[in-house]
Amino acid sequence: MILAFNSDTCSGCKACELVCSLQNLKTINPSRAMLHVYGKFPEPGRYFADICDQCGECAKACPQEAIVLIKGTWRIDKKKCDGCLACVSACPVNVMMVDDDNMPYKCINCRQCAEVCPRDALTFQ
Amino acid sequence: MLYGYAGHTLRIDLSRGTIEKEPLKKEWVDDFIGGRGFTAKILYDENPPGADPLGPENRFVIAMGPLSGLFVPAAGKTHFAAKSPATGGYGDSNMGGHFGVTMKYAGYDVTILTGQAKEPSYIFIDNDTVEVRPAGHLWGKGSTAVEEILKNDLGQEFQVLTIGEAGERMVNFACISHDFGRQAGRTGIGAVLGSKNIKAIAVRGTKDIPVFDPKGLPKKGKQTYAACREKPGFKGWTPEGTAGITNWCNDVGALPTRNFVTSHCDYADKINGKAILDELKITDKGCFSCPIPCGKYGLAKTVLGNKYVEGPEYETLALVGSNCELSDIHAVAHVNWVCDELGLDTCSAGAVAAFALECYEKGLISKEEMGMDVKWGDLDSIVYILEKIAKREGIGDVLANGVKKAAEKIGGHSSKFAIHVKGLEWTGYESRNAPGMMLGYMTADVGAHHSRCWVLGSDVANAVGGSQDANVHDLISQGADFETIPKADHKNVVPLVLKSQHLRPAFDILGTCRLQYMEIGLETHYYEELYYHATGKKLDFNKDLLTLSEKIWHLNRMFNKREIPDFGRKYDYPPPRFYEEPIPSGPNKGHLVEFAVIEEMLDAYYAARGWDANGIPTKETLEKFNLAVE
Repeated sequence: MILAFNSDTCSGCKACELVCSLQNLKTINPSRAMLHVYGKFPEPGRYFADICDQCGECAKACPQEAIVLIKGTWRIDKKKCDGCLACVSACPVNVMMVDDDNMPYKCINCRQCAEVCPRDALTFQ
Repeated sequence: MLYGYAGHTLRIDLSRGTIEKEPLKKEWVDDFIGGRGFTAKILYDENPPGADPLGPENRFVIAMGPLSGLFVPAAGKTHFAAKSPATGGYGDSNMGGHFGVTMKYAGYDVTILTGQAKEPSYIFIDNDTVEVRPAGHLWGKGSTAVEEILKNDLGQEFQVLTIGEAGERMVNFACISHDFGRQAGRTGIGAVLGSKNIKAIAVRGTKDIPVFDPKGLPKKGKQTYAACREKPGFKGWTPEGTAGITNWCNDVGALPTRNFVTSHCDYADKINGKAILDELKITDKGCFSCPIPCGKYGLAKTVLGNKYVEGPEYETLALVGSNCELSDIHAVAHVNWVCDELGLDTCSAGAVAAFALECYEKGLISKEEMGMDVKWGDLDSIVYILEKIAKREGIGDVLANGVKKAAEKIGGHSSKFAIHVKGLEWTGYESRNAPGMMLGYMTADVGAHHSRCWVLGSDVANAVGGSQDANVHDLISQGADFETIPKADHKNVVPLVLKSQHLRPAFDILGTCRLQYMEIGLETHYYEELYYHATGKKLDFNKDLLTLSEKIWHLNRMFNKREIPDFGRKYDYPPPRFYEEPIPSGPNKGHLVEFAVIEEMLDAYYAARGWDANGIPTKETLEKFNLAVE
């Protein structure tokens, strides 16, 4: 099961970013969320989202092999991670995030975004 | 720790070039909570009495509420305020989108601009970095171009607000534009920004907003979003948004038509919500954290070109559409785009264009003065008039001051059909058979704006024989006769008006959109609970918040008294058309509100408010609300 985005129904409200930061980081701060919704206006006049679809590019780039697949979700083993941030530059959609302690964090498929999305633009498939 | 707030006020003196960041005043938080409460308090306390609305002394205030930017449905409202160039009194306007919340993420609940920049400038805010930068390259440009340029230069994550040419030239109904289609339209708020030589503000904010209970808030927030989904209006109201009311307004004879000559047209089906969905819409476009996006972004196609535009909302359909007799949805949307680009409020722009067309029709503006043979319902004519206004060319310079001042200049009884209160043009609800709605417009602090009071449903229900609390949609489905509507009773409208005047602006204090409550019925206890998780403080919505809303009503009335030399009862009268000319057609044919009834309603309203016969709050009333103002 991976997170999927439907541009046809998204209205750009960012409730997903809010719940992501609040649920996982205990902060109100969409800029720290592990997904990013944005509009392209005036043309074509639609919303898009950068989301983690568990593509694994971060894991391929990790020299410490600290990113491991657990039940379909790539998870960071914090004991192995040395904070080199190679995963951050490897992420094709810039949703491998960096915390205040300079360590990376990523989407763990908590599904809160899909649960909250009032437009059903985010789903797990 | 001040939970729920960013914690700071940003003060920028544009004349001196000083930028100061100070802690948010506890007194403001304790006594006025946020948003509209902050702006009312700050304008009364800090604006020098008698300040020129377009002079350097006037404060331009931006304020968010304690729920702005939090995990709360539709917590994306930004509140702007200044002494209004349209009315000379308290002026405010609020806007959805993402600007205000980003100001809060940058650390600022309140921003106060004073003075006047020496050259066209824009304000750059990147968290703690605040600069006033030259904007010569942006001056003269439309809102879309300015937003694109600044986002491309600074980063797409910057949120931008801007004024258009109308704001630069201080048109009295110039608006602020943001997010390619959101506006703070009313009271000439864009002209105040223009008077300060500020073309735009760009902000990036990446800070946390501290909340009292970071574990309880997501739980309650999710419950609230889930509750929204369960409301019938979630699926019923959202698809068409505000435009969904167009046919209803026409059916009940409240759709402004031909400069409010009448209240019904025969082409409402062509300019309604369905027409937007069928002809224009590309995507639903929501404000920050909103589960019921009323914005419809689309493409308007006319002989004047293809234009991407958000809207039209209901007010634009009414004022630009039927009120100017534009019967084509693409044409209405094109004018919407023109207004957005020029930075004109579509409500006032439609009202002023219609006023100009009637003046022209009656020979009060000659062809030579107009510069073109303008016609009702003609797209070219309306665009021509609006461009003249934004550039302040010829007759446009007269019309740019709004219908009240334009009528004083044009003369010839044109003041009888200058449709405004206090200098602010009337919005989309014709009220000659809606005495409660009319009283709401008459007594609103900012002038004739529906955001303060909407009791049209009760008026109509009352007229057709239902109770004042009846759901009018139910009455229609039950077969109520709307072919000819009996005269509505003006008795007992005052309590409903007071309730609405306290309730609707209450959401402007919290920093949320009222439509979750008004349109889909989200209960107030959700706001009380979310407020507690955010701030750690208890708030009784009906007692604490509505009492504060009432207090602000008195405070703003006193601001108007202080700023307008002869302020009083005469500023609360509707335009003569509404008490002298019976509606000539439609279901309310023959109706008007007699002047004696207007006087009777005002007497009852003032008495209920604790104001004297001239509409000024009594000493006892001010003391009751702990307002030390004169």
